[in-house]
Amino acid sequence: MTQAENLSQAFELGFTYTRSTGPVVGRFLSALRERRIFGIRASDGRVIVPPAEYDPDTAAALDEFVEVGQCGSIVSWCWVKQPRAAHPLQQPFAWAMIRLDGADVPMVHCVAAAAEEQLATGARVRVVWAEEPRGYITDIRCFELLGETVGETASPAGGSGAAGDLPTPGDVAAVTRIDAPIYLHYNFTAGAAPARFLTRIREGVLTGQRCPRCANVYIPPRGSCPACGVATDEEVVLPDKATVQSFTVVAIPIPNNPIKPPFVIANLVLDGANISFIHLMSECQNSEVHIGQRVQAVWKPEAQWTYAMDNIRYFRPIDEPDVPVERIGKLPITGWEG
Amino acid sequence: MKEIAVVAFSQSDCLAQAGAANEVELIMPQLQAVFGQVGLNNAQDVDFVCSGSCDYLQGAAFAFVAGVDALGAVPPIKESHVEMDAAWALYEAILKIRMGHAESALIYGFGKSSSGELPIVLSQQLDPYYLAPLWLDSVSLAAMQARLLLDRGLATERTMAEVVVRARRNAIGNPHAQVSGEFSLAELLAADTVVSPLRQSDCAPVADGAAAMIICSVEKAREWGVPYALLSGIDHRIETHNLGMRDLTDSVSTRQAATAAGAGRGPVEVAELYAPFSHQEIILTRALGLGNDTLVNPSGGVMAGNLMMASGLSRIGEVFRRIVSGDIARGLAHATAGPCLQHNLVAVLESA
Amino acid sequence: MAKLAAVVGIGQTHYKTRRVDVSIAGLVREAAVNALEDAGLGWDDIEAVIIGKAPDMFEGVVMPESYLTDALGCNGKPMLRVHTAGSVGGSTALVAASHVQSGMFKRVLTVTFEKQSESNAMWALSTPQPFSVHLNAGAGGYFAPIIREYMRRSGAPYDVGIRVAVKDRLNGARNPLAHLQLPNITAQEVEDSMMLWDPIRFLEACPSSDGACAMVIAAEELVSQSPRPPAWIRGVAMRSEPTMYAGREEVNPQAGRDCAADVYRQAGITDPRKQLDCAEVYVPFSWYEPMWLENLGFAAEGEGWRMTMSGATSLDEGGDIPWNCSGGVLSSNPIGASGMIRFAEAARQVRGDAGAHQVEGAKLALGHAYGGGAQFFAMWVVGAEKP
Repeated sequence: MTQAENLSQAFELGFTYTRSTGPVVGRFLSALRERRIFGIRASDGRVIVPPAEYDPDTAAALDEFVEVGQCGSIVSWCWVKQPRAAHPLQQPFAWAMIRLDGADVPMVHCVAAAAEEQLATGARVRVVWAEEPRGYITDIRCFELLGETVGETASPAGGSGAAGDLPTPGDVAAVTRIDAPIYLHYNFTAGAAPARFLTRIREGVLTGQRCPRCANVYIPPRGSCPACGVATDEEVVLPDKATVQSFTVVAIPIPNNPIKPPFVIANLVLDGANISFIHLMSECQNSEVHIGQRVQAVWKPEAQWTYAMDNIRYFRPIDEPDVPVERIGKLPITGWEG
Repeated sequence: MKEIAVVAFSQSDCLAQAGAANEVELIMPQLQAVFGQVGLNNAQDVDFVCSGSCDYLQGAAFAFVAGVDALGAVPPIKESHVEMDAAWALYEAILKIRMGHAESALIYGFGKSSSGELPIVLSQQLDPYYLAPLWLDSVSLAAMQARLLLDRGLATERTMAEVVVRARRNAIGNPHAQVSGEFSLAELLAADTVVSPLRQSDCAPVADGAAAMIICSVEKAREWGVPYALLSGIDHRIETHNLGMRDLTDSVSTRQAATAAGAGRGPVEVAELYAPFSHQEIILTRALGLGNDTLVNPSGGVMAGNLMMASGLSRIGEVFRRIVSGDIARGLAHATAGPCLQHNLVAVLESA
Repeated sequence: MAKLAAVVGIGQTHYKTRRVDVSIAGLVREAAVNALEDAGLGWDDIEAVIIGKAPDMFEGVVMPESYLTDALGCNGKPMLRVHTAGSVGGSTALVAASHVQSGMFKRVLTVTFEKQSESNAMWALSTPQPFSVHLNAGAGGYFAPIIREYMRRSGAPYDVGIRVAVKDRLNGARNPLAHLQLPNITAQEVEDSMMLWDPIRFLEACPSSDGACAMVIAAEELVSQSPRPPAWIRGVAMRSEPTMYAGREEVNPQAGRDCAADVYRQAGITDPRKQLDCAEVYVPFSWYEPMWLENLGFAAEGEGWRMTMSGATSLDEGGDIPWNCSGGVLSSNPIGASGMIRFAEAARQVRGDAGAHQVEGAKLALGHAYGGGAQFFAMWVVGAEKP
């Protein structure tokens, strides 16, 4: 068995989602843009902020909006000494459950403070608005301490004004949609068997693995024979000639992929292998590609070889007789003589 | 209703970073281990397979599909998957046996959370309009929960540290533990907090790995002639996602599940609780009404290593092991999911 | 022995490219409320909720069931989340049914959804990973070579897929919930539509939809509490096989054949074409109709395309075994829900409430879903008659 490197590589899983808000969330976000905060009255009369669409106890749809105050009291909190890159504040800060004046149910948001010692359960806080509210929960940039504390049970009456002048979704200004950029960072590890494969392909060698039970050869190997469910570790070096098992001509562009359509992707089986993989075909007339066709790898220049299957730029047809369908996937390592 | 027997269990070592191993490579040794315990060859020898995992841990859609490559699923098998801890995969498997569509089942869970920044990944489990955009991480949420306990006098930093000291001591006997050993209270309390009031030691070390279990009808267990534990009750309940609407110092859903699972119908000698934070063990112990006659987390619990998507199944496995070894006659296992113990499962196991 | 269970309520949303008027919870809720209303029940009548969807990357919410508890009245109840790739809608229905068939629950709600407009299906289904070649070009890129191999083997003419594409869209035009409403679609139009992944043309592929589907499943003793006729669950089956293995039959997967044989055995079906009145089968690319006709035993191997071309599966042409009267996946495709829509539409047929796409007098119907690389299968047979 070849010595494998522990191959890992950072990657970003990211997309900017577009969320439609629906009427309840939309109303709340619309009000934020006016620097106002609205809650919703639950079936038991409690005011929930931010407004819940459905009552947690009765499952009833809720629709009675209530304006609440912009100050509140801390119900619970924690102090983040080392903010994470994704956090809304990059100085040490607190997360807190905050019961806004006029609300019954606390909401969670961040509190800016100079030091942990300034935080306390019951401490009074006030909204700090973003400079330009856009209809996002982050329009509340954070809360700040008012420097006073109240007993936990004392919930000062809030400015629970009527909700009659709330922006409605029908208004031009109403928020109905938000963007949600979610970009997560991972370190992908190739797996032991794939790492061995990638280590060899970096040297321009195609290496499959043979199942100890059924003797079929898999490339690229994943560490098991999926049919038998047993680990594979016997390595088999394979040639770079293959047979077309099937193919498609792709006419639509692949997002973030430089290959321009139309192009052929084919299910190819290397000589000596018993499983196909997908790769590009080129140097061919798309209309002449066919099942059973013989092809060979066209490699990138050696200087560009890396830990990737695309060290093979593509496969191109070669002048060998077609393989009958019943022999595809069953050729010996020595290849096909016709 | 058909009685369920647990006949085999195995879990991997808890590793902070499983290195090169991919999903298949994490799962396969555990499957081989449980097959070996019963004398089976592969998944063909059971009637149903169910797994638990989460795509976002590894950051790949369909992460679970690769798991099928570890099973030997040719010819095709009856197989399903939950995007949950594998304790819930076990639940699905029990339904299959009770409806008469299987006599036996293989259950496994796996995760490689070291690939990503787990507390931040889990922030995206929260309400997508009000909370997820704040990137409110799972450790901070737990820290606010802990503060509520401290403020109400239901825990102290000392009682939280005591949970950790005991867990790490118990973990000395756990060959799969990632963290174990004798630690003094003073030593733990001397450390600074990371997200106050939580210290690093209050947070279970997150681990890569996998766990597997085989269950079957009691008749099948007798046929196989293997030692087994009866799974005499199992239930799970979820609570509102709205943290402000919950009493975070209690776990109502754990109590509901325990009642429905019949936990109170006999003594609970051992309780394996899935408490990823020290204060959550205090909450769960109270919610379940466990007293001094119950040994809590003799394995060290997840303080010895938290195998995301498999730790719940592992708790059940730990109780199973103690029953078949004859150490105890009856025990309780608990699994949790969601922020701040939102969703809880309780299983009761008894000697046959 | 499995306890008797029946579908007593069905609820769906309209399927659309973008449901801009609702949140994710609002979408799921709409289907659930419709199902409860159909069943004449309230939230308190439900003992457990079983939810399913395809990868979380579609909406970018990790294990979103945690956030959906309030919308689905779950608090204090068991909630289970299923994910079996594209077959998930069917698998979720089966897991829900097993709650009742096991005798552990009397009545459960099951909901599946996808709000695909929040992201992009091509991206969400094949998120980039290091060390791999990014060539799969979405689901079409994967399935097109398999379809090509079917065409080679069977000698089917090029226009079989076109025929299916037209038929399912005409059916969709009878279904007010269907996403694509193309009552005037012609074969020429399909043939002239852009070739995406040869041999799959644009109009031979499914759309990308927002939508949700829900059902209430009840134990025998509670069935009469709901006002509408029940759809009795007569057989349930699931099968899986690995994505790739040496010698795998990709055109006619063994997992599909085995799954069908299992579900037919339970329902007492020996000749599916004769005994079933209609079928709702997961056909996201038109050519999968003839392929699944063979895989599911409605036609002999190599003969599925002849059956399609004969009009046997057409509702409009009065075929003896109409397939996808609702318009199928080719007319509406919120991926996580697509399988459950097949299961629910099969139930609607035997309840006699399928409206303009009703097969007259339908008594026995098949619901089918598949996923992954055509490797995960879920099926049920529902009937008007109590078994």
